[in-house]
Parts: sequence; C-alpha cells; structure tokens
Amino acid sequence: MTIVSDANLAVPEGGTPAMAVRRKVLIGLFGFAALLTVLRPWLPEALIRLPEAMLLPWSDWLDVGFAWVQNDLGLIHVTREIASWLGFLIDAAANVLYGKSRWPNFEAMPWSVVAGCLAVLGYWLGGWKLALLAGGTMVWTALMGQWKWAMETMSVIVVAAPVGFAVGLLIGILAWRSARFEKAMRPVLLVLQTLPFYSYLLPAVIFFKVGPTAASVATIAYSMPPMILMTIVGLKKVPPEVVEAGKMAGCSRWQMLRSVYIPSARTEILVGLNQVIMLALAMVVLTAFIGMPGLGAKLLAMMNSFKLGRSFEIGVTIVLLAVTLDRLSKAWVVKQPEHFEKGTPWWQRHILLLIGVATFVVFMVLAQVIPILNEIGRRQSLSMGSEIDVAIKGFLNLSWVKETTGFIRWFFNLWILIPTERALLYVPTAAVIAVVTGFCYALGGRRPALIGVLFFSIVAGFGWWDRAMITLHSTLTAVILAMVFGMPLAVWAARRETWSARMIFVCDTAQTFPSFIYLLPAIMLFGITPFTVILSILIYTMVPVIRYTIEGLRGVPPELTEAADMSGATRWQKLWNVQLPLAMPTIAVGLNQALIFAFFMVIIAAFIGTRDLGQEMQRTLAGTQLGKNFTLGFSVVFMALTFDIAINAWAEKRRRILGLA
Amino acid sequence: MNPVISAKNVWKLFGPDPESYLKSMTAGHSFDDIRADGYIAGVKDVSLDVSKGEMLVIMGLSGSGKSTLVRCFSRLHDITGGKIEVDGQDIMGLKEVELIELRRSKMGMVFQSFGLLPHRTVLQNVAFPLEMRGQDKHSTRDRAMEVVKLVGLEGREDYFPRELSGGQQQRVGIARSLAIEPDIWFLDEPFSALDPLIRREMQDEFLRLQAMLGKTIVFITHDFDEALRLADRIAIMKDGAVEQIDTPDKIVLNPATDYVAKFTEEVDKARVVHASVLVEDGSMGKGEPVAADATILSLARRLINDAADVIPVQMPDGNVKGMPRQAALDILLGEAK
Ligand SMILES: Nc1ncnc2c1ncn2[C@@H]1O[C@H](COP(=O)(O)OP(=O)(O)OP(=O)(O)O)[C@@H](O)[C@H]1O
Ligand SMILES: [Mg+2]
Repeated sequence: MTIVSDANLAVPEGGTPAMAVRRKVLIGLFGFAALLTVLRPWLPEALIRLPEAMLLPWSDWLDVGFAWVQNDLGLIHVTREIASWLGFLIDAAANVLYGKSRWPNFEAMPWSVVAGCLAVLGYWLGGWKLALLAGGTMVWTALMGQWKWAMETMSVIVVAAPVGFAVGLLIGILAWRSARFEKAMRPVLLVLQTLPFYSYLLPAVIFFKVGPTAASVATIAYSMPPMILMTIVGLKKVPPEVVEAGKMAGCSRWQMLRSVYIPSARTEILVGLNQVIMLALAMVVLTAFIGMPGLGAKLLAMMNSFKLGRSFEIGVTIVLLAVTLDRLSKAWVVKQPEHFEKGTPWWQRHILLLIGVATFVVFMVLAQVIPILNEIGRRQSLSMGSEIDVAIKGFLNLSWVKETTGFIRWFFNLWILIPTERALLYVPTAAVIAVVTGFCYALGGRRPALIGVLFFSIVAGFGWWDRAMITLHSTLTAVILAMVFGMPLAVWAARRETWSARMIFVCDTAQTFPSFIYLLPAIMLFGITPFTVILSILIYTMVPVIRYTIEGLRGVPPELTEAADMSGATRWQKLWNVQLPLAMPTIAVGLNQALIFAFFMVIIAAFIGTRDLGQEMQRTLAGTQLGKNFTLGFSVVFMALTFDIAINAWAEKRRRILGLA
Repeated sequence: MNPVISAKNVWKLFGPDPESYLKSMTAGHSFDDIRADGYIAGVKDVSLDVSKGEMLVIMGLSGSGKSTLVRCFSRLHDITGGKIEVDGQDIMGLKEVELIELRRSKMGMVFQSFGLLPHRTVLQNVAFPLEMRGQDKHSTRDRAMEVVKLVGLEGREDYFPRELSGGQQQRVGIARSLAIEPDIWFLDEPFSALDPLIRREMQDEFLRLQAMLGKTIVFITHDFDEALRLADRIAIMKDGAVEQIDTPDKIVLNPATDYVAKFTEEVDKARVVHASVLVEDGSMGKGEPVAADATILSLARRLINDAADVIPVQMPDGNVKGMPRQAALDILLGEAK
C-alpha cells in the first residue's frame, strides 16, 4: 500500500511551484477552449475554421514534387525495373500455385499436395496440432471452393514476405551499424506505422500500375517496419561476451555479422519475420481496393452485395490462414536445434524431409488419378454460402433480434454518436487544438504539448478539418467504448491465472486476424450503417485493451497485493489503490495501441460509407491525386502520432516514478 | 629476454569522455576522486611485464579490474592512456587486419561467462576460430576433435551449448581457446564452474601443457590455492591498480600493503613458502640438504625432529646454503606471540 501511495502523493500540501505552473497552464488552455466554444455564435467565421484563403495548396505542391521525382529524377524508370522483377516472381509463384500461364509453365499444384506438405511442415515445427491446423486449413479452403482465390492471395505473400524480410533485415543492419542512420530512421518508421493503408496503395498504383505487382509493393512497404525494428533490437541484444569471443577468434567484420551477430539474434529476427508475414497478409487482403484478385477481393465483393453466407466462409478461411501462418512462424521462432545421438543414420536425421518428399510425390501421383484431389470445382465444393446466408438473415429477422439490434443501433446513434459528433464539429478549430494541447500537456509535459499544437495545426492547415474531426470522433468514441467494455472484462479475467491465460490466448489469436475481418461481424449484425463502423473499430481495439490490462494487472508484484490484503483492503480497495495504479503504464501501452489500431481501422471502415478522411482517400484511388491522398493520409498520421507521443511520454514517466523501468 | 606482454602506465577509464578527462586529470587522483567525477577507473596506472613462458596469475576482489586489464591486453578494450606492447608491437597502433591476424595466430582467450555461440554445436564452437581463419574443413575437424577430447567432452561434440551443464560449457570455452594453439593465452576464471575433481584434473593438464608448450599465460582466479599451484608470479589488484606483483612466497612473506596482507591473511604460509626463500648467507648447517623448492609444510617433520639451528638447502645453482630453523618454524607454527 505505502509504496503506491507514496508514489502518488510524494508532494507537499498545495503542490510544488512546478505543479502550480502546470495547473495554471491547464486552466488557461481549457478555459480558452471553453470560452471560444461558448462565444462561437458571435465569432467571425474566420475564427471558427481556418478560412480557405489561408490554406496552403499542399496537395498541389506535393503533386508537383511527386511529378518531379517521378519524371525528372527518373524514379519511374527505377520502379519499372523493380516492377518487372517483382512481376516476374509473382507470375512464377502464380504459375506454381494456381496455374497462371507464365514461366515456368507448370500446371497448378494440386491442392492435396500443398495440404500434405504443409501438414508435414507443421509437424516438423510443432507436432500434431500444427500439422492438423496447417493441413486442415488447406483442406477447408479447397473444400469450400476457395482454392484459387486463396492461392492468388498467397502468390503475393510468398513473394512480398521474403522480399520484405530481406530488405527489412538489410535496413535494420544498416541502422544498427550507424547511429545516425538509426536516428533518421526512427521517425520514418513511426510515420509508416501510422500511415493509413490508402497512402500505401495509391503510390503503389501510380508507380506500379494496378494489379499484383502494385499489391506486392504496398504489402512489402507495409510489412517492413517491424522487421527493421526487430533486427535492430536483436542485434543490440547479442551478449557482449559472445561478440568478444568472435573478436578473439579473429573474425573479420563480415564474418562477425554472418557468423556471430545474425545467428545470435535469431529469435528477434524470426519474430520480425512472423510480423512481416502477418502484416503482409493483413495488407494483401486490403489490396482488394486496388483490384488485386484473391480472398480479399472476394470478401469485399460479397460484403458489398451483402452476401453474408459467402462472406462468412471467406472470413473463416482468412482467419484460418492467418492463424496457420502465425503459428507456423512462431513455432519456428521457438524451435531450437537438437543434436542426434552419435551414429544416427542419414535417413533418420532427415526423416521428416524424406516424409515431406514422399508426401509430395504420393499426392502428385494420386492427384493425376483422382481428379478431386487435384482440383475441387465450384459444383463439387461443399460451400453452403446461400444456406448460411438464409440462416443468418433469418436469425437477424427474428423479431426479438431485430428489436435488440434496432434498439442498440438507435440508442448509440441517437444518444452517443450523433450528439458527440455534432458537438465536435461545432467546436472552433482553435478550441480543439487547445484541448488536445492541454491533454498532451497533462499527460506528457511540455514536449508532447508542443508537438500536439504543431501537429494539429498542420492538420488544420491541410484543410480537411471537418473530415479529420469525424475520423477523430469515430476513433475516440470506439476506443472509449472499447475501454468501457474491455476493462471490466479484463479486470474480471485477471483475477484468475487460468482465465487470464485463456483470455490472452484469445486476444493473441484475434490480433493475428487481418483487420479487414473485423468488419464482418459488425456488418452481419448491423448492416451497413454508421454504427457498424464504430462497432468494428470497437471490436478490433478491444483486443489490445483487454490484453494489456490483463498483463498489467497480472504483472503487479505479489508482495504488494499481499501487503494490501494484510492491511485489510477489500477487493475494490485493492484494485483501485494498488493494482490499477501499478498496472496503468502497461494499460497505457494497450490504450496507445488501441488508438493506433483505431486510426487504421476507421479508414478501412470508410468503404461502408462515412464522411471522413477515409472516404475522401478512397476516392483518390480512382485517379492519380497523390498529393491529395498524402495530405489526407498525413492528417491521420499527425493525429495518431500526437496521441502516441503523449501517451508514451506518460507511460514512461509513470514507470519511472513507480520504479518499474 | 624481451617480455611478451609489456604494459606501461596503462589506464582504462569508463565514462562519457575518458581521453580528455585523463589528460586534464591532476596526478594522484584516487579511485574515489575519479568516481566522484563520474568515471570508473577499470584499470588505473598499471605497469607490468609478462615474460615468455611465464604464468602470471591476477587476483583481487570482484570489480577490482582483473577482467578489464586482460581485455586491454587483448585489445577488446581500447586503453585510455599508457602503452601495451605484445611481442614488441604497440597493439594500439595495429590496423584492423593486423589485429585480426594477431588474434587468429597468437592469442587465445577463455571468457568468464563462456561466450559460446548458442547456434553452434560443441564441435562447431571449438572449430569456430579455425574456420574464421579459413583453415580447410578436414584439418579443422580433426583439430577441433582433438581439443574436445583434451577437455574431456568426447561424445558430446554434437550437443548445443544449452544442452550442457555450466562446467561443460566452460570446458568448451577452454577447448575453443586452445584450438588455434595460441602463444599467449588469457584465461578469465577458466575453472570457476568446474567441480573440484575436474578442476584438479584441468589444473594438472594445464601444468602439463605449460611445461610442454611453454605458453605465456595470464590467468585470473579467485582461488588462492589454484594461484599457488599454477603461478610463477601473482599480481594483486585493487580498485583498478596493481597493489603488488611478485612470486607467491614474497607476497605472503612481505606483503607490500595492508590490503595485500589482509588478502593473504587466511593463506597457510607453510604451504606457500619454499625453503630457498628463507636461506641466509653464513652457516650452511649440517646433514642431508633439503630441496630448494620444498615447501615448509613438506619439511615439517625434519624441522621438528632436527634440532640444529640451521638446515642446509640444495640451491638450484648447485651451492648449498643454510636456512634458519627458527624462521621456518615460525612460518609452520605461526609466530610466537
Ligand atoms: N564496459 C564497461 N563499462 C563501464 N564500466 C565497466 C565496464 N566494464 C567494466 N566496468 C567496471 O570496471 C570495474 C572492473 O570490472 P571488471 O569486470 O574488470 O572486474 P573483475 O575484477 O573482473 O571482477 P569479477 O571478479 O567480478 O569478474 C567494475 O567496477 C566495472 O563496473
Ligand atoms: Mg571478471
């Protein structure tokens, strides 16, 4: 008990001078905002929104800049060259996976061969469970008649993930070698991680033309940042004595890197690979928006035409695929080499490789004899799309279901979403900026506050203020609701070891699902309405909220909770006074992640029909307005980064105060 | 004979800008003064020579700078001030390729915390330095196998480090450092994780190798008995400085500082001091001379039974000299209070 309250209250009565200043600044900022809002009816228009005349033509400037880089600097030639290489690789993968008529001109690999070999791979990496998961996913995909779509999706991943991995590794190594390069890299990575996916798609389309090549470029760019970060982390963590051992062995620099650093950083590098694969899957599904065929495109089409049954089946496939890829790559991370007893014959050492080859051959042959093992046609598939569709729609039409969903929708729209959105749009720009600044100042102090002013002023200067506010509104409402629903759940689960473990397992699994998937349940329940947007973000962001809350609460040292027990605290008192304060820094990390996720998701949800930045970004896809796309995209980036910086600063400070750092 | 390693006024400071700090520092700054300025003196003004074939043992409390000094010798640390010569070459002046060459051909090091490469088997770890200098596969394998056998790990050559016990891992580290047959061998507490039996065996093996190959060895240990068994000379460090560097006998008989005296307090002097150290000019004494390298403890029976004042000692140069019995008895029984 005492430890916590000391940390909270280690301040004299009335506060230190620094606290007095802080209070004054906050009162000033919030007072200013309140005053502006109250006086709004009497304010001249120019004080409410930045007048058009004052907006700088950012989009045009950017367009000029892009055109210059593209044509005069000749970037387009470079990208053409890259495009031809990538296109060649993807075509080759497409030929092997689904028989696209390109080099090397094989026939499509029979689905049973892929399923069999993946099962063997799964067994090698993680035993029967993984074998079943990997094989089962493939069988399901084939049986549902989605094989070709899945392979279209995979053909991009099998090219994009290795390229993203390799380039990320390379950049990571360079950043590790040169502190200056790393320093320059950090903000770029931050921006890349908050950039809405449309800002990946449009440049890809402009430089690489619509289709798989552009899709793979967007996918590579999107999946690379964590690889870079993990590489840096891993290389920095190599124990000094291992490095010294390498030096004493007389390694040259290259030998040092190849034989000492990279193998020693294996775990982090493979974790990076896992992330690359998962992000690649998430992105490749979204490239449906630039006409990339595959599971994502089908899902988009089905959702657009409200075919819930088919959407559901495709959703299941994507989820299974995600879980399989995640588990396989994670199993590889933890798989450690083990020695064989002396004198083990060659075939025994490589038994699984041999079984893999045998599986390949056997299914190859079988597929020639039994056509159904080669390809499952639409007629033969077990898809029950229309039946499920009828079932879901029937269920939704049950009067009590209809009433419930109708009520929820009505309640949230009328009492929460519409009023708060109106209110936010009513508030003058300067007042919003003042509030955000105050918020950043309260959380992180001066630096985050300055960043807040700067970033939000830039957003205002970009000229998409109202749309930005709608985006911000959806994001904040969804995250707040996610906390309202998620935190109690997490607090409840954190009470028991088993529940926590189960809950974290569910969250970890859910976190691997491509974000696009989260639209599905929301659309199913509530159709295509504004509330659906909020709901999908809400579900998506609840995952990190719950996960980190549990982790934070479970991470409280047992001595402290025991001390609270011994001082006769009730469960509530213990939660309020000991567990939550100590868990707060971790919870804040979850909250931060939730916000970033929300900003990403809100843009995806735009295709349901919102009036925010996302909708406008989606429109840019049809043309070549790169400048406009980027001003929109960076409006999101700057808002997201403001919160990211403030919350991180707070968490860091808290951690230091609590001695958890 | 030229020393193999020669250190002159070597400094190693840790901190934000050690070079300029050292330049601006007034002479006679103590360890604590330096610390108050925000620097740690890992090595503080150390001068010593190690001659060819010598085994120098470094002792001192934890944090006294033993590992740091040895790291300076192998240039794992760049020193802040002073000069270190190895085989007459200033190692701070070596280019990267020359340094790599020096380590590949002449130096071996056993690390306090082993520093094994986790992704390589025992055999691959041992073969690592050979591989790095581009030796052909076949001879690499043979040589690695040979040293693996030498440290008693035969049969475990395909294990990975994490499948081995601490002591076994340490032996892999020793084997690896031996693989290239270094002339100069740095050992940072190489036997700390071994059980007493194997420890003894390794020490014997060590002495055998030393007698056979005549390597120059710098050896760090916390165990005085080990030091006594192995050392030609012992250096005792405190707060980065060498308090005394001398033969074991002299260190126990004439400690240079209170710290050294305290350090050697618990040592049974009779087991350390040799007859040759106590001889005095003058009377040679009578009877059968004892060997010069016999410890006082081993002469206990003679010292008690022989009533003569002076006991003859057969010195290595062929002369016989006399050892006062009383002085030897004082050492054996402790001085009369
Ligand atoms: N890389 C470093 N950076 C900063 N200080 C260091 C560094 N390496 C060593 N030191 C400091 O130098 C001093 C001497 O450390 P050293 O490792 O040489 O001690 P040691 O005598 O080998 O101790 P032990 O018996 O515990 O191994 C210690 O105070 C240590 O904290
Ligand atoms: Mg040490």
